[in-house]
Amino acid sequence: MSVDMRTYLAHVELANPITTAAGCAASGAELSQFFELARLGAVVTRSITMAPRAGRPTPRMAETPSGLLNGVGLQGPGVEAFLERELPRLVDRGARAVVSIAGGSVAEYTALARRLSDAPGVAAVEVNLSCPNVEDLGRVFARDPAASAEVVSSVRATLRYDLPVVAKLAPDVADIVAVARSCVDGGADALAMINTPLGMSIDVDTMRPALAAGTGGLSGPAIRPLAVRCLWQVHAALPGVPIVGMGGVASGRDALEMILAGACVVAVGTALFHDPYACLRILRELEELLKERGFERLADAVGLAHRPPGAGPRHRTDLEETSL
Amino acid sequence: MKETAGTPVQVTGTVLTTRRVDAYHALTVVAPGIAERFRPGHFVSVAVGGPHTSMPARRAFSVHDVKPDYGGTVELVFAVRGRGTAWLAERKARDTLDLVGPLGRPFPVPRDPCTCVLVGGEYGSASLFALADTLQQRGCRVDFVLGAASADRVFGALRARRMGETITLTTEDGSLGLRGLVTDALPSVIADARADVVYACGPMSMLRGVTAVAVEFDIPVQVSVEEAMACGYGVCMTCVLPVIGDDGVTRMARSCVDGPVFRGERVRFEDVGTIPFDALGAPGGRVQEGGAHSRNVS
Ligand SMILES: Cc1cc2nc3c(=O)[nH]c(=O)nc-3n(C[C@H](O)[C@H](O)[C@H](O)COP(=O)(O)OP(=O)(O)OC[C@H]3O[C@@H](n4cnc5c(N)ncnc54)[C@H](O)[C@@H]3O)c2cc1C
Ligand SMILES: Cc1cc2nc3c(=O)[nH]c(=O)nc-3n(C[C@H](O)[C@H](O)[C@H](O)COP(=O)(O)O)c2cc1C
Ligand code: FES
Repeated sequence: MSVDMRTYLAHVELANPITTAAGCAASGAELSQFFELARLGAVVTRSITMAPRAGRPTPRMAETPSGLLNGVGLQGPGVEAFLERELPRLVDRGARAVVSIAGGSVAEYTALARRLSDAPGVAAVEVNLSCPNVEDLGRVFARDPAASAEVVSSVRATLRYDLPVVAKLAPDVADIVAVARSCVDGGADALAMINTPLGMSIDVDTMRPALAAGTGGLSGPAIRPLAVRCLWQVHAALPGVPIVGMGGVASGRDALEMILAGACVVAVGTALFHDPYACLRILRELEELLKERGFERLADAVGLAHRPPGAGPRHRTDLEETSL
Repeated sequence: MKETAGTPVQVTGTVLTTRRVDAYHALTVVAPGIAERFRPGHFVSVAVGGPHTSMPARRAFSVHDVKPDYGGTVELVFAVRGRGTAWLAERKARDTLDLVGPLGRPFPVPRDPCTCVLVGGEYGSASLFALADTLQQRGCRVDFVLGAASADRVFGALRARRMGETITLTTEDGSLGLRGLVTDALPSVIADARADVVYACGPMSMLRGVTAVAVEFDIPVQVSVEEAMACGYGVCMTCVLPVIGDDGVTRMARSCVDGPVFRGERVRFEDVGTIPFDALGAPGGRVQEGGAHSRNVS
C-alpha cells in the first residue's frame, strides 16, 4: 500500500508536500537538467521584484557549522522578464508555480500582485515579508505585525480571489504568533516559515566580515530547531491555518519532524545546493517513514505531535506517563 | 540551451588512486557518466564531509584528466585550503565520493588550426592539458606559460614539456624558471609564437593581467575564473561577477553556469567584488532589460 501524499496549500491541491524554498532553485531550469519539475509538489520561485536587481556584492556566501550564511540580496530579472521568460518555462514543464514576491513598500507588493493576477499558471503567491520597508526607515516588514498585515491585506485585495496568498514569516521576532495572527487577520490563506534569521561570520585570517554585506541570512540544518519551534507555536495558536514548513530540511526524517509540528507542505532550500535531487530523495524517504509508521495519508500526520500526552501515541504503548 | 553532452549528472564515484604531486593532491575517481560528457574546461562539484556532513556547500574542482579506463575516470588536482579540501585529502582508494558534473561552459576551441598560448597559475594549469589535447588534435600549435609562487606550486611542468611547442615557467621567488609573474613572460611568448589566441586559468589577478596582455596584442583571450561557489549548478546565486554581455550591458553573471570560461575582455576584473553602478539592476542604476519595460510602482 502506498501512502496518499496529496496535500493542500489553502484550497490548491498539491500531488505531494515537497516544494523548493524561495530563492533556492533560481529560475527552475537549472534543476530541470536533473529531473522533471512536475514531480515536485510545487516550485517556489525566487522572490520577484518589480525592477531587475543585481543583488549584493561578493562574497555572498560563508559556510558555518551545519549552515550557510548568504547575502545574495534578491538578485533577479524583475517581474516583466520573469513573466516573459521564467514563468512560461515552469508552466511548460508542468510544474506548479508558487510565485514569491518582494518589495520595499506596500505599493510595490500591490503592483506585483496586480501583475500576477492575470498571469497564466500561477498556483499561489508567497509574500516574502523579510524586506526592509523603505518608507519606514528600513524596518523589516516581517518584524512588525501591523506592517505585515498591511502588505498581506493589500496583496489579498488585489490578487484574483482564487489565488491563495501565503505569508512568509521571519523567525527573529519577539512573538512569531502575533505576526502570524496579524497576517491571517489580514487575509493570508496560509503561512510559510521560516525565512533565514540574520547571522554573521568573521574571517579570522583576513580579520574582516566573511560576507561583503557584513550580516546575512542563516540557513541549513543549523536552523532546524528554530524552525520547528516556530511551526509548533504557530500551529498551536492557529491550528486551522495551513503552514509551509522549512529551515534545514535535508532528509525525510527532517520533513516528518516539520509535519508533526504542524506543516502540511515542506520546502527544501539549502539542501538543494548539496544535492540537486534533494527534493525527490526527501519525498521518497518521507513516504517510506509514513508507511513504516502505519499512516495511509500524509494528512493524518500533520500536527500530530501536538496531541496531549496520554492520548495514546500510535504503535508506541511502552511510553511511561510522567508523574507531574 | 546546453547540448545533452554537457548535461550534468550526479554520480557516486569510487576513488581509484590518490597521490601527492608537489604541493597538491591528485584523486582519480571512477565516475562513469561524467567522463563521457566531459569537455575541456568543465569542472565538477564534490560533496565533502560524508553523509552526515556539517558542510552544506559543495566544492568545485576543475577536471584535470578523463580516461576511458574502468568505465570512465576523472582526475582532480587540489590544494588543501580549508575543512572541505582537508577532508578530501584524507580520502583513500575505494572510498566513495558524491560528484556532480560535468559543470560549466567549457573552453571554446577554434575551428581551424592556429597557434594557442595556454597560461596556467598554480593548480589552474590542471584544466589546460585536456584543452591542449583537443587543440592538438585539431592541428593547433600549443605553447605553455605556467607560473606559481614557488617551484613546488607550479603544476604540470613535465607534461607541458611533452605537449607544448615551447614552455615557459615563472615563479615569484625564482626557485624555478624566470623570476616573476606569468604576465612578465607572456608578451614575448605571444610575439615569438605569433599566437592567435590565449587561454588562461588561475587566480583572478593573473587572469586580469593575462587579459590586459592579450588585449594589447589584439588577440582573443578565454579565461576560466574561480569564484566562491556553494552549488556549482546555478541555483544559489553566490558565485557572480560583473560580465559585459553581447548587448553591451553588464550583468552579475554566475560563474558556474554562465562561466567559468568567459572572454577575458568581457569580465570587469577591476569591479569584481562590487556591483558596478551601470550593471543591470544595480541600486539606483539601470533597471531595464532589453525591450521589457518595467512599470512604475504606483
Ligand atoms: C570552477 C572552479 C574550479 C576549481 N578548481 C580547483 C582545482 O582544480 N584545484 C583546487 O585546488 N581548487 C580548485 N578550486 C578552488 C576550490 O573550489 C576551493 O579551494 C575549495 O572550495 C576550498 O574548499 P575548502 O573546504 O578547503 O575551504 P573553505 O574555506 O572551508 O570553503 C568554504 C566555502 O567557500 C568556498 N571557497 C573557499 N575558497 C574558495 C575558492 N578559492 N574558490 C572557490 N570557492 C571557494 C568553498 O567552495 C566552500 O563552499 C576551484 C574553484 C572553482 C570555482
Ligand atoms: C541563497 C538563498 C537565497 C534565498 N532567497 C530567498 C528569496 O528570494 N525569498 C525568500 O522568501 N526566501 C529566500 N531564502 C530563504 C529560503 O527560502 C528558506 O526560507 C531558508 O533558506 C530556510 O530553509 P533551508 O534551511 O532549507 O534553506 C533564500 C535562502 C538562501 C539560502
Ligand atoms: S555556485 Fe550556485 S549559482 Fe553558481
